[in-house]
Amino acid sequence: MLRYLAVRAFRAAVTIALVVTFAFVVLRMSGDPAILIMGPEVPPEALAAFRRAWGLDQPIWVQYVRYFGAILNGDLGMSMRDNRPAIEMVAERIPATLALTVPALVLKLAVGIPLGVWAALHQGTGFDRAVMVAAVFGFAIPSFVLALVLVLVFSVDLGWLPSGGQGTVAHMILPVLTLGLGGAAALARFTRSAMLEVLGRPYIRTASAKGLPWAAVVRGHALPNAAIPTVTLVGFLVGSLIAGAVVVESVFSWPGVGRMLVVAVASRDLAIVQCILLLVAATMVTSNLVVDVLYGVLDPRLRHGARAAA
Amino acid sequence: MAAPLVRIEGLTVAFDGAPAVRGVDLAVHPGEAVGIVGESGSGKSVTWLAALRLLPAKAAVAGRVLLDGRDLLALPLPEVEAVRGGRIGMIFQDPASALNPVLRIRRQLGEVLARHRGLSGAAIAAEARRLLDLVGIPDAARRLDSYPHEMSGGQNQRVMIAMAIAGQPDLLVADEPTTALDVTIQAQILDLLAALRRELGMALVLISHDLGVVAETCDRVAVMYAGRVVEMGPAEPLFDAPRHPYTRGLLDALPTLDAAERLVAIPGVVPDPRAMPPGCAFAPRCAHAAPVCLGAEPALRATLPGRWSACARPDLDLAAPPPRPPATPAPAAEAVA
Ligand SMILES: Nc1ncnc2c1ncn2[C@@H]1O[C@H](COP(=O)(O)OP(=O)(O)OP(=O)(O)O)[C@@H](O)[C@H]1O
Ligand SMILES: [Mg+2]
Repeated sequence: MLRYLAVRAFRAAVTIALVVTFAFVVLRMSGDPAILIMGPEVPPEALAAFRRAWGLDQPIWVQYVRYFGAILNGDLGMSMRDNRPAIEMVAERIPATLALTVPALVLKLAVGIPLGVWAALHQGTGFDRAVMVAAVFGFAIPSFVLALVLVLVFSVDLGWLPSGGQGTVAHMILPVLTLGLGGAAALARFTRSAMLEVLGRPYIRTASAKGLPWAAVVRGHALPNAAIPTVTLVGFLVGSLIAGAVVVESVFSWPGVGRMLVVAVASRDLAIVQCILLLVAATMVTSNLVVDVLYGVLDPRLRHGARAAA
Repeated sequence: MAAPLVRIEGLTVAFDGAPAVRGVDLAVHPGEAVGIVGESGSGKSVTWLAALRLLPAKAAVAGRVLLDGRDLLALPLPEVEAVRGGRIGMIFQDPASALNPVLRIRRQLGEVLARHRGLSGAAIAAEARRLLDLVGIPDAARRLDSYPHEMSGGQNQRVMIAMAIAGQPDLLVADEPTTALDVTIQAQILDLLAALRRELGMALVLISHDLGVVAETCDRVAVMYAGRVVEMGPAEPLFDAPRHPYTRGLLDALPTLDAAERLVAIPGVVPDPRAMPPGCAFAPRCAHAAPVCLGAEPALRATLPGRWSACARPDLDLAAPPPRPPATPAPAAEAVA
């Protein structure tokens, strides 16, 4: 188990390094931050000074080595716009994002898992079919479309809820719904198929043949086994707590990390973009690690170093 | 004869309109061992799964399954659940998949003891150890903390047997309990089943393809074909002098030690349940088929005392193997021993 975790942790570190490198390459290759930040009318000397100040005049590999070395020292750089530490500016935005994504995650879990389990237990009934149709819709509709529909209905037509901005709980309802419904649909579908798969296994029939009431069979033999694959998806949802709200924050003008990322990309504020990507990669990778540990806890077959195909 | 423990009457099962069991009558008496044989798909498993109401909801089941005069097919579900594992235990073919991979043996065995014996806490642990001892698992105390994947197939099947007898049932239904195991282990498991039956005085239904195993273990045999019992009787006379051509065919298909004698597989295949032939379901494959066989499907009738056969030509002489297939060998119909 320890060896297994060490391997996983090493892989996680490599993943983060790759994300950081990728972000670096893409951002430096696409557009000149000096012009984007200073504006096109600025005299060439000022641009040159800006480039020198931020080290943009150096060969790209020198920039990369400096940048990577700084990250290893915990220095994520300064915002080129505000001249403040990027990490500080990003950290200020995290609570706003979590204020949307955490309630949305709760919504996904509280709606998606019970619906999926219930649909599987009543496979083929009208309820099951209704859940599946709703799930396909919820899954297929892009979140900006869903957001616009919700705004049209609840803000424009009914006038019940604000269409953007922040401050009250009412401001949170539409963004949280937009985020939560799609995830709930995906989770319902996934949970249902995991349950159906488990319910078809011979050990379920064995449990029934032992005389256990159906409720005990479901509770004791089906749910724990179906939880194993479902944990993967839940881990993914947890991993996207930071990154998952980019579109929704933009649509609802919500001052979170996601909108900050969009603005920073547009203006090539390199340190901010890199800092956010690093943060996103780190949350993803961490939640993956937690999933791997949970797998070991839930499935004894994985506990002994040997790992079956994932 | 004493009153039967379980009596199946007119049992029929269909899946989406395709009949899998087409009117089975079968009784199991207290303490006796009944073998159920027949080719794959003949309805052996479905019969007993239906009796315990373990089939999926899409299975259309009709008929009666009487236990102490109560019809299991008509009882409220909680009462059937009390019968499962309590009066009638069941074990299945592949022990590796029939045990829950994520639960320890202690839990899977303890469930039955809590459910049917009302035990709890230390009493469960003690009784679980005793049961594992009884089914011949060494180091029982330690094995209780094992998971199925940590044990061999034979040991898992012993655990399955321990679970099935934990509720002290009067009948154990073993559905091909050795098919998934190595040959040497097969014999051990069969010996164990026979010994347990003697010690515990329970009845045994042994479902198997293996006629040799059934002949050795069982008092009576029911031969099933295409969802019906076609011959039934005490094991020895039934195998020595079958009354139904299908039983004769199964026996002739057995490999013999005499290499000079050629193995005769039954020609043709089991009929598709959606397109049953008219008359006797076996007629298209039967070397003795005559016009009479194509009329009504023959019913199971007493031939000799205790012997039953569903053949439209009850006076056939089946002592010898049937006429050989045509001289130009049909490859599907013949195999070299
Ligand atoms: N769950 C199911 N859904 C649909 N058809 C089924 C189901 N279970 C069994 N059947 C069908 O019922 C028929 C009888 O199957 P059954 O399992 O009883 O055969 P069997 O005699 O036990 O054969 P085997 O020796 O292969 O175990 C087969 O045609 C099978 O395809
Ligand atoms: Mg079977």
